Amino acid sequence: MHITETRENDIITIAIEGRVDTNTSPQVQDAILKSFQKVNQVVLDFTQCSYVSSAGLRALLIGQKTAASKKGTMKLVHVPEILMNVLKMSGFVNILTIE
Amino acid sequence: MMRELTLGAKTENLEQVLNFVNGLLEEKNCPVNLVFELDIAVEELFVNIAHYAYTPGVGEATIQVSFEGESVVITFIDGGIPYNPWAKKDPDITLSLEERKIGGLGIYMVKNSMDEVGYVYKDGKNIVTIKKNLSDENITE
Repeated sequence: MHITETRENDIITIAIEGRVDTNTSPQVQDAILKSFQKVNQVVLDFTQCSYVSSAGLRALLIGQKTAASKKGTMKLVHVPEILMNVLKMSGFVNILTIE
Repeated sequence: MMRELTLGAKTENLEQVLNFVNGLLEEKNCPVNLVFELDIAVEELFVNIAHYAYTPGVGEATIQVSFEGESVVITFIDGGIPYNPWAKKDPDITLSLEERKIGGLGIYMVKNSMDEVGYVYKDGKNIVTIKKNLSDENITE
């Protein structure tokens, strides 16, 4: 998995490439939490992401809780159909912001 | 025909386990959506063994893959403490963000996406099975 961060004004976009699993999800979580130390708006780009396991969902939940506590936003963009199934199955579609 | 892989039950070996299972699924032309669901299940069950079966020690896990008709059956065997993963209470997925707990989701998703799940403790071993029909129509919505 590879993460690319870009900052534009007060928004940080984290592009995730590859698989978010037990071994790689800590990197994603770290990137989200570090971004929220700098800005209040974080965008997660899943265009190149092919897999998210429950460990990855945990990282997203922690990210969303952090966003809420900072009164910021965490937005998921370009989520592939195959990942949407996981977000639906877990009920995460109702608690995350997905565009 | 049954194929089997035995290796150390540690998370660093997850990729090797997934490569083993995915290689066999590809041979059967398993639809990509189902490979995804099975990967989630395999990761969850293998990582469970890696995290909990032998703590604080280390041990091995065996993963068996067999095909029965249109279905794949994957079996996870470890010699750790007796533990039935399916006995865990389901998380409430309708809770709000503030109330949602971190964890417990993985096993719930596996239970919901597989056609059958099983567990027995026999001869000092935990034997956990999942079964999924691989025909195209059987994709979880």
